[in-house]
Amino acid sequence: MAKKESTLKSMTLVLFLITAISAAALAGVYMLTKEPIQASKDNKLKETVNVVVPGADNAEIETKIIPAIDGTGDLSFYFVKKDGKTIGTAVQTFSNNGFGGTILIMVGFDENGNIIDSDVVEHHETPGLGNKSAKSVSNWNEQFKGKNPQNDNFKVNKDGGEIDAITAATISSRAYIDAIKRASDTFKNYQNSLVNNNEIKEEQNNE
Amino acid sequence: MNNWQNFTKGILKENPILVLVLGTCPTLATTSSAINGMSMGLATMFVLVLSNIAISLVAKIIPDKVRIPCYIVVIAAFVTIVDLLMQAYVPAIYATLGIFIPLIVVNCILLGRAESFASKNGALASAIDGLGMGVGYTLALTVLGAIREILGSLSVFGWKFAQGDGILLFVLAPGAFFGLAFLIALVKKINK
Repeated sequence: MAKKESTLKSMTLVLFLITAISAAALAGVYMLTKEPIQASKDNKLKETVNVVVPGADNAEIETKIIPAIDGTGDLSFYFVKKDGKTIGTAVQTFSNNGFGGTILIMVGFDENGNIIDSDVVEHHETPGLGNKSAKSVSNWNEQFKGKNPQNDNFKVNKDGGEIDAITAATISSRAYIDAIKRASDTFKNYQNSLVNNNEIKEEQNNE
Repeated sequence: MNNWQNFTKGILKENPILVLVLGTCPTLATTSSAINGMSMGLATMFVLVLSNIAISLVAKIIPDKVRIPCYIVVIAAFVTIVDLLMQAYVPAIYATLGIFIPLIVVNCILLGRAESFASKNGALASAIDGLGMGVGYTLALTVLGAIREILGSLSVFGWKFAQGDGILLFVLAPGAFFGLAFLIALVKKINK
Protein backbone atom coordinates (compact mmCIF):
# COMPACT_ATOMS: atom_id res chain seq x y z
CA MET A 1 0.00 0.00 0.00
CA ALA A 2 1.30 3.43 -0.87
CA LYS A 3 2.15 5.36 2.26
CA LYS A 4 1.43 9.01 2.40
CA GLU A 5 4.50 11.14 1.98
CA SER A 6 5.95 12.46 5.22
CA THR A 7 6.30 16.20 5.01
CA LEU A 8 6.54 18.44 8.04
CA LYS A 9 3.12 19.86 7.28
CA SER A 10 1.33 16.53 6.85
CA MET A 11 3.03 14.96 9.88
CA THR A 12 2.15 17.88 12.16
CA LEU A 13 -1.41 18.05 10.90
CA VAL A 14 -2.15 14.33 11.21
CA LEU A 15 -0.55 13.90 14.62
CA PHE A 16 -2.36 17.00 15.85
CA LEU A 17 -5.70 15.77 14.55
CA ILE A 18 -5.32 12.32 16.08
CA THR A 19 -4.30 13.65 19.47
CA ALA A 20 -7.10 16.23 19.40
CA ILE A 21 -9.74 13.62 18.60
CA SER A 22 -8.35 11.27 21.26
CA ALA A 23 -8.34 14.05 23.83
CA ALA A 24 -11.95 14.93 23.02
CA ALA A 25 -13.03 11.28 23.31
CA LEU A 26 -11.24 10.95 26.66
CA ALA A 27 -12.80 14.12 28.00
CA GLY A 28 -16.22 12.78 27.08
CA VAL A 29 -15.70 9.40 28.75
CA TYR A 30 -14.18 11.10 31.79
CA MET A 31 -17.25 13.27 32.27
CA LEU A 32 -19.52 10.30 31.72
CA THR A 33 -17.78 8.10 34.28
CA LYS A 34 -16.89 10.74 36.85
CA GLU A 35 -20.01 10.27 38.94
CA PRO A 36 -20.14 6.44 38.88
CA ILE A 37 -16.44 6.33 39.82
CA GLN A 38 -16.97 8.66 42.76
CA ALA A 39 -20.06 6.69 43.80
CA SER A 40 -18.22 3.38 43.67
CA LYS A 41 -15.34 4.87 45.67
CA ASP A 42 -17.74 6.16 48.32
CA ASN A 43 -19.44 2.79 48.38
CA LYS A 44 -16.14 0.98 48.77
CA LEU A 45 -15.17 3.29 51.63
CA LYS A 46 -18.48 2.70 53.40
CA GLU A 47 -18.06 -1.04 52.95
CA THR A 48 -14.54 -1.06 54.39
CA VAL A 49 -15.55 1.18 57.27
CA ASN A 50 -18.58 -1.00 57.89
CA VAL A 51 -16.34 -4.05 58.39
CA VAL A 52 -14.49 -2.41 61.27
CA VAL A 53 -17.34 -0.31 62.67
CA PRO A 54 -20.56 -2.28 62.10
CA GLY A 55 -23.51 -0.03 61.33
CA ALA A 56 -21.48 2.45 59.30
CA ASP A 57 -23.29 1.57 56.08
CA ASN A 58 -26.34 3.58 57.13
CA ALA A 59 -24.65 6.23 59.23
CA GLU A 60 -22.96 9.55 58.64
CA ILE A 61 -19.22 9.40 58.06
CA GLU A 62 -17.09 12.41 58.86
CA THR A 63 -13.60 12.32 57.39
CA LYS A 64 -10.54 13.97 58.88
CA ILE A 65 -6.89 13.67 57.88
CA ILE A 66 -4.69 13.61 60.97
CA PRO A 67 -0.88 13.33 60.87
CA ALA A 68 0.46 10.20 62.60
CA ILE A 69 1.89 10.94 66.04
CA ASP A 70 5.32 9.61 65.06
CA GLY A 71 5.43 11.89 62.02
CA THR A 72 5.64 9.08 59.45
CA GLY A 73 2.64 10.14 57.42
CA ASP A 74 -1.04 11.02 57.42
CA LEU A 75 -3.83 8.80 58.69
CA SER A 76 -7.45 9.08 57.59
CA PHE A 77 -9.95 9.17 60.44
CA TYR A 78 -13.57 8.29 59.73
CA PHE A 79 -15.89 9.25 62.57
CA VAL A 80 -19.04 7.18 62.26
CA LYS A 81 -22.02 9.10 63.61
CA LYS A 82 -25.54 7.86 64.11
CA ASP A 83 -28.19 10.30 65.36
CA GLY A 84 -25.42 12.73 66.33
CA LYS A 85 -23.64 10.14 68.46
CA THR A 86 -20.25 8.74 67.53
CA ILE A 87 -20.61 4.96 67.41
CA GLY A 88 -17.02 4.33 66.49
CA THR A 89 -13.96 5.69 64.75
CA ALA A 90 -12.40 3.94 61.80
CA VAL A 91 -8.79 4.77 61.08
CA GLN A 92 -7.03 3.95 57.85
CA THR A 93 -3.48 3.35 58.92
CA PHE A 94 -0.36 1.88 57.40
CA SER A 95 2.90 0.16 58.12
CA ASN A 96 6.03 0.28 56.00
CA ASN A 97 7.38 -2.88 57.62
CA GLY A 98 5.37 -5.38 55.60
CA PHE A 99 7.14 -8.23 53.85
CA GLY A 100 6.05 -6.82 50.51
CA GLY A 101 6.29 -3.11 51.39
CA THR A 102 3.52 -0.88 52.64
CA ILE A 103 0.38 -2.42 54.13
CA LEU A 104 -2.81 -0.39 54.46
CA ILE A 105 -5.10 -1.38 57.31
CA MET A 106 -8.49 -0.15 58.45
CA VAL A 107 -9.12 -0.40 62.17
CA GLY A 108 -12.16 0.62 64.18
CA PHE A 109 -11.99 1.90 67.77
CA ASP A 110 -14.74 2.45 70.31
CA GLU A 111 -14.60 5.53 72.56
CA ASN A 112 -12.28 3.75 75.03
CA GLY A 113 -9.73 3.00 72.32
CA ASN A 114 -10.56 -0.72 72.22
CA ILE A 115 -10.46 -2.36 68.82
CA ILE A 116 -13.91 -3.10 67.40
CA ASP A 117 -12.48 -4.90 64.39
CA SER A 118 -9.75 -4.52 61.78
CA ASP A 119 -8.94 -5.63 58.26
CA VAL A 120 -6.41 -5.18 55.50
CA VAL A 121 -7.27 -2.61 52.82
CA GLU A 122 -4.27 -3.13 50.57
CA HIS A 123 -1.19 -5.29 50.86
CA HIS A 124 1.52 -7.02 48.83
CA GLU A 125 2.19 -9.88 51.22
CA THR A 126 2.99 -13.40 50.08
CA PRO A 127 -0.08 -15.38 48.97
CA GLY A 128 -0.68 -18.29 51.32
CA LEU A 129 1.41 -16.77 54.10
CA GLY A 130 1.27 -13.04 54.89
CA ASN A 131 -2.02 -12.54 53.06
CA LYS A 132 -3.73 -14.52 55.82
CA SER A 133 -3.88 -11.21 57.68
CA ALA A 134 -6.85 -10.32 55.43
CA LYS A 135 -10.36 -11.36 56.45
CA SER A 136 -11.04 -12.67 52.96
CA VAL A 137 -8.28 -15.28 53.40
CA SER A 138 -8.36 -16.37 57.05
CA ASN A 139 -9.89 -15.46 60.38
CA TRP A 140 -6.51 -14.55 61.89
CA ASN A 141 -7.34 -10.91 62.58
CA GLU A 142 -10.45 -11.86 64.62
CA GLN A 143 -8.21 -12.14 67.70
CA PHE A 144 -7.73 -8.36 67.74
CA LYS A 145 -11.39 -7.74 68.58
CA GLY A 146 -11.82 -6.03 71.94
CA LYS A 147 -8.09 -5.66 72.58
CA ASN A 148 -6.57 -2.32 73.50
CA PRO A 149 -3.33 -1.59 71.62
CA GLN A 150 -2.18 0.62 74.50
CA ASN A 151 -1.62 -2.52 76.61
CA ASP A 152 1.99 -3.63 76.98
CA ASN A 153 1.33 -7.13 75.67
CA PHE A 154 -0.01 -5.91 72.29
CA LYS A 155 2.83 -7.70 70.50
CA VAL A 156 3.30 -11.05 68.78
CA ASN A 157 4.08 -13.87 71.21
CA LYS A 158 7.59 -14.15 69.80
CA ASP A 159 8.22 -10.64 71.17
CA GLY A 160 6.64 -11.50 74.51
CA GLY A 161 3.12 -10.36 73.69
CA GLU A 162 -0.26 -12.04 73.50
CA ILE A 163 -0.95 -11.92 69.75
CA ASP A 164 -0.57 -15.19 67.89
CA ALA A 165 1.50 -14.45 64.80
CA ILE A 166 0.58 -16.04 61.46
CA THR A 167 2.63 -19.21 61.07
CA ALA A 168 5.71 -18.45 58.91
CA ALA A 169 4.66 -14.81 58.54
CA THR A 170 5.88 -13.08 61.68
CA ILE A 171 7.00 -10.05 59.68
CA SER A 172 3.52 -9.52 58.22
CA SER A 173 1.99 -10.00 61.68
CA ARG A 174 4.38 -7.46 63.22
CA ALA A 175 3.58 -4.98 60.45
CA TYR A 176 -0.15 -5.42 61.10
CA ILE A 177 0.38 -4.71 64.79
CA ASP A 178 2.68 -1.79 63.97
CA ALA A 179 -0.03 -0.22 61.81
CA ILE A 180 -2.72 -0.65 64.48
CA LYS A 181 -0.42 0.73 67.17
CA ARG A 182 0.24 3.82 65.04
CA ALA A 183 -3.51 4.35 64.65
CA SER A 184 -4.13 3.78 68.35
CA ASP A 185 -1.43 6.20 69.49
CA THR A 186 -2.66 8.88 67.11
CA PHE A 187 -6.28 8.26 68.14
CA LYS A 188 -5.40 8.53 71.86
CA ASN A 189 -3.47 11.74 71.25
CA TYR A 190 -6.41 13.16 69.28
CA GLN A 191 -8.86 12.27 72.06
CA ASN A 192 -6.59 13.85 74.68
CA SER A 193 -6.30 17.04 72.65
CA LEU A 194 -10.10 17.20 72.45
CA VAL A 195 -10.38 16.79 76.24
CA ASN A 196 -7.72 19.45 76.83
CA ASN A 197 -9.48 21.85 74.48
CA ASN A 198 -12.74 21.31 76.34
CA GLU A 199 -11.04 21.89 79.70
CA ILE A 200 -9.50 25.12 78.45
CA LYS A 201 -12.90 26.22 77.18
CA GLU A 202 -14.50 25.38 80.51
CA GLU A 203 -11.84 27.27 82.44
CA GLN A 204 -12.38 30.28 80.23
CA ASN A 205 -16.10 30.04 80.85
CA ASN A 206 -15.54 29.88 84.62
CA GLU A 207 -13.42 33.01 84.63
CA MET B 1 -7.24 -15.67 3.57
CA ASN B 2 -10.94 -15.76 4.39
CA ASN B 3 -12.50 -14.29 7.48
CA TRP B 4 -12.77 -17.59 9.34
CA GLN B 5 -9.09 -18.41 8.89
CA ASN B 6 -8.31 -14.83 9.80
CA PHE B 7 -10.21 -15.31 13.05
CA THR B 8 -8.93 -18.77 14.00
CA LYS B 9 -5.27 -18.10 13.32
CA GLY B 10 -5.05 -16.04 16.52
CA ILE B 11 -6.32 -18.91 18.63
CA LEU B 12 -3.75 -21.59 17.91
CA LYS B 13 -1.57 -21.08 14.84
CA GLU B 14 -0.50 -17.53 15.64
CA ASN B 15 -1.53 -17.33 19.29
CA PRO B 16 -0.05 -14.03 20.52
CA ILE B 17 1.23 -15.47 23.79
CA LEU B 18 2.05 -19.07 23.00
CA VAL B 19 3.41 -18.75 19.47
CA LEU B 20 4.33 -15.11 18.85
CA VAL B 21 5.33 -14.72 22.54
CA LEU B 22 4.21 -11.09 22.65
CA GLY B 23 3.00 -9.31 25.77
CA THR B 24 4.41 -11.77 28.25
CA CYS B 25 4.86 -9.19 31.02
CA PRO B 26 1.13 -8.74 31.79
CA THR B 27 0.66 -12.46 31.12
CA LEU B 28 3.05 -13.47 33.86
CA ALA B 29 1.84 -10.79 36.26
CA THR B 30 -1.94 -11.16 36.02
CA THR B 31 -2.47 -14.92 35.78
CA SER B 32 -2.39 -15.75 39.49
CA SER B 33 -5.98 -16.99 39.12
CA ALA B 34 -8.24 -17.98 36.23
CA ILE B 35 -10.64 -15.10 36.73
CA ASN B 36 -7.82 -12.52 36.77
CA GLY B 37 -6.32 -13.96 33.60
CA MET B 38 -9.69 -13.94 31.88
CA SER B 39 -10.51 -10.35 32.87
CA MET B 40 -7.13 -9.14 31.67
CA GLY B 41 -7.63 -11.05 28.41
CA LEU B 42 -11.09 -9.58 27.86
CA ALA B 43 -9.91 -6.03 28.60
CA THR B 44 -7.04 -6.47 26.15
CA MET B 45 -9.35 -7.96 23.53
CA PHE B 46 -11.69 -5.00 23.80
CA VAL B 47 -8.86 -2.52 23.31
CA LEU B 48 -7.32 -4.65 20.54
CA VAL B 49 -10.51 -4.78 18.45
CA LEU B 50 -11.20 -1.06 18.83
CA SER B 51 -7.64 0.04 18.17
CA ASN B 52 -7.37 -2.29 15.17
CA ILE B 53 -10.54 -0.82 13.65
CA ALA B 54 -9.50 2.76 14.35
CA ILE B 55 -6.01 2.27 13.01
CA SER B 56 -7.15 0.50 9.86
CA LEU B 57 -9.44 3.44 9.15
CA VAL B 58 -6.84 6.15 9.62
CA ALA B 59 -3.80 4.26 8.35
CA LYS B 60 -4.13 5.74 4.86
CA ILE B 61 -3.83 9.34 6.00
CA ILE B 62 -0.99 8.75 8.47
CA PRO B 63 2.41 9.75 7.14
CA ASP B 64 4.88 6.91 7.47
CA LYS B 65 7.30 8.70 9.78
CA VAL B 66 4.76 9.51 12.49
CA ARG B 67 2.83 6.24 12.36
CA ILE B 68 4.16 4.81 15.63
CA PRO B 69 3.27 7.90 17.73
CA CYS B 70 -0.16 7.95 16.08
CA TYR B 71 -0.78 4.27 16.87
CA ILE B 72 0.34 4.76 20.46
CA VAL B 73 -1.99 7.74 20.93
CA VAL B 74 -4.94 5.76 19.55
CA ILE B 75 -4.12 2.73 21.73
CA ALA B 76 -3.52 4.86 24.83
CA ALA B 77 -6.86 6.63 24.35
CA PHE B 78 -8.75 3.33 24.18
CA VAL B 79 -6.88 1.92 27.18
CA THR B 80 -7.75 4.96 29.26
CA ILE B 81 -11.38 4.63 28.21
CA VAL B 82 -11.40 0.98 29.34
CA ASP B 83 -9.64 2.01 32.55
CA LEU B 84 -12.28 4.63 33.36
CA LEU B 85 -15.18 2.36 32.41
CA MET B 86 -13.88 -0.47 34.60
CA GLN B 87 -13.34 1.89 37.52
CA ALA B 88 -16.91 3.08 37.18
CA TYR B 89 -18.82 -0.14 36.53
CA VAL B 90 -16.76 -3.13 37.72
CA PRO B 91 -14.79 -1.78 40.71
CA ALA B 92 -14.19 -5.28 42.10
CA ILE B 93 -12.28 -6.44 39.03
CA TYR B 94 -10.61 -3.06 38.79
CA ALA B 95 -9.25 -3.51 42.32
CA THR B 96 -7.28 -6.59 41.24
CA LEU B 97 -6.36 -5.54 37.71
CA GLY B 98 -6.16 -1.79 38.16
CA ILE B 99 -2.41 -1.53 37.99
CA PHE B 100 -2.15 -3.73 34.90
CA ILE B 101 -4.71 -1.90 32.77
CA PRO B 102 -2.40 1.02 31.92
CA LEU B 103 0.16 -1.63 30.95
CA ILE B 104 -2.03 -2.61 28.00
CA VAL B 105 -0.68 0.54 26.30
CA VAL B 106 2.78 -0.96 26.09
CA ASN B 107 1.52 -4.46 25.38
CA CYS B 108 3.39 -5.49 22.24
CA ILE B 109 0.37 -7.34 20.87
CA LEU B 110 -1.53 -4.13 20.21
CA LEU B 111 1.27 -2.27 18.51
CA GLY B 112 2.31 -5.47 16.75
CA ARG B 113 -1.16 -6.04 15.26
CA ALA B 114 -1.49 -2.36 14.40
CA GLU B 115 1.80 -2.36 12.56
CA SER B 116 1.66 -5.76 10.89
CA PHE B 117 -2.06 -6.18 10.19
CA ALA B 118 -4.40 -3.24 10.78
CA SER B 119 -2.30 -0.72 8.85
CA LYS B 120 -2.41 -2.94 5.73
CA ASN B 121 -6.00 -4.27 5.85
CA GLY B 122 -9.55 -3.00 5.91
CA ALA B 123 -11.66 -2.29 8.98
CA LEU B 124 -13.61 -5.57 8.94
CA ALA B 125 -10.56 -7.79 8.47
CA SER B 126 -8.74 -5.84 11.20
CA ALA B 127 -11.66 -6.19 13.58
CA ILE B 128 -11.74 -9.95 12.95
CA ASP B 129 -7.99 -10.16 13.37
CA GLY B 130 -8.24 -8.26 16.67
CA LEU B 131 -11.09 -10.48 17.82
CA GLY B 132 -9.19 -13.68 16.96
CA MET B 133 -5.99 -12.46 18.58
CA GLY B 134 -7.99 -11.30 21.60
CA VAL B 135 -9.74 -14.65 21.97
CA GLY B 136 -6.38 -16.44 21.67
CA TYR B 137 -4.86 -14.12 24.25
CA THR B 138 -7.83 -14.54 26.62
CA LEU B 139 -7.76 -18.33 26.25
CA ALA B 140 -4.03 -18.51 26.91
CA LEU B 141 -4.34 -16.28 29.98
CA THR B 142 -7.36 -18.15 31.32
CA VAL B 143 -5.73 -21.56 30.88
CA LEU B 144 -2.49 -20.36 32.46
CA GLY B 145 -4.42 -18.72 35.30
CA ALA B 146 -6.48 -21.88 35.84
CA ILE B 147 -3.38 -24.09 35.96
CA ARG B 148 -1.72 -21.82 38.49
CA GLU B 149 -4.90 -21.53 40.56
CA ILE B 150 -5.51 -25.29 40.56
CA LEU B 151 -1.97 -26.15 41.61
CA GLY B 152 -1.39 -23.14 43.86
CA SER B 153 -4.69 -22.52 45.65
CA LEU B 154 -6.60 -25.77 44.95
CA SER B 155 -9.47 -23.87 43.35
CA VAL B 156 -10.89 -23.04 39.92
CA PHE B 157 -12.50 -19.64 39.18
CA GLY B 158 -12.54 -19.04 42.94
CA TRP B 159 -14.34 -22.34 43.68
CA LYS B 160 -12.26 -24.34 46.15
CA PHE B 161 -12.32 -28.09 45.40
CA ALA B 162 -10.03 -29.26 48.19
CA GLN B 163 -8.90 -28.07 51.58
CA GLY B 164 -5.35 -26.94 52.21
CA ASP B 165 -2.80 -24.65 50.62
CA GLY B 166 -1.59 -26.27 47.39
CA ILE B 167 1.80 -25.67 45.85
CA LEU B 168 2.41 -22.08 46.81
CA LEU B 169 5.12 -21.67 44.17
CA PHE B 170 2.53 -21.65 41.40
CA VAL B 171 0.76 -18.56 42.69
CA LEU B 172 4.08 -16.76 42.96
CA ALA B 173 6.11 -15.46 40.01
CA PRO B 174 8.13 -18.64 39.26
CA GLY B 175 4.91 -20.61 38.78
CA ALA B 176 3.97 -18.22 35.96
CA PHE B 177 7.22 -18.99 34.13
CA PHE B 178 6.81 -22.75 34.61
CA GLY B 179 3.20 -22.71 33.48
CA LEU B 180 3.90 -20.53 30.44
CA ALA B 181 6.87 -22.67 29.42
CA PHE B 182 4.82 -25.87 29.49
CA LEU B 183 1.95 -24.25 27.60
CA ILE B 184 4.30 -23.00 24.87
CA ALA B 185 5.84 -26.45 24.56
CA LEU B 186 2.40 -28.03 24.34
CA VAL B 187 1.15 -25.64 21.64
CA LYS B 188 4.36 -26.13 19.68
CA LYS B 189 3.70 -29.86 19.70
CA ILE B 190 0.08 -29.40 18.55
CA ASN B 191 1.01 -26.98 15.78
CA LYS B 192 3.65 -29.28 14.32
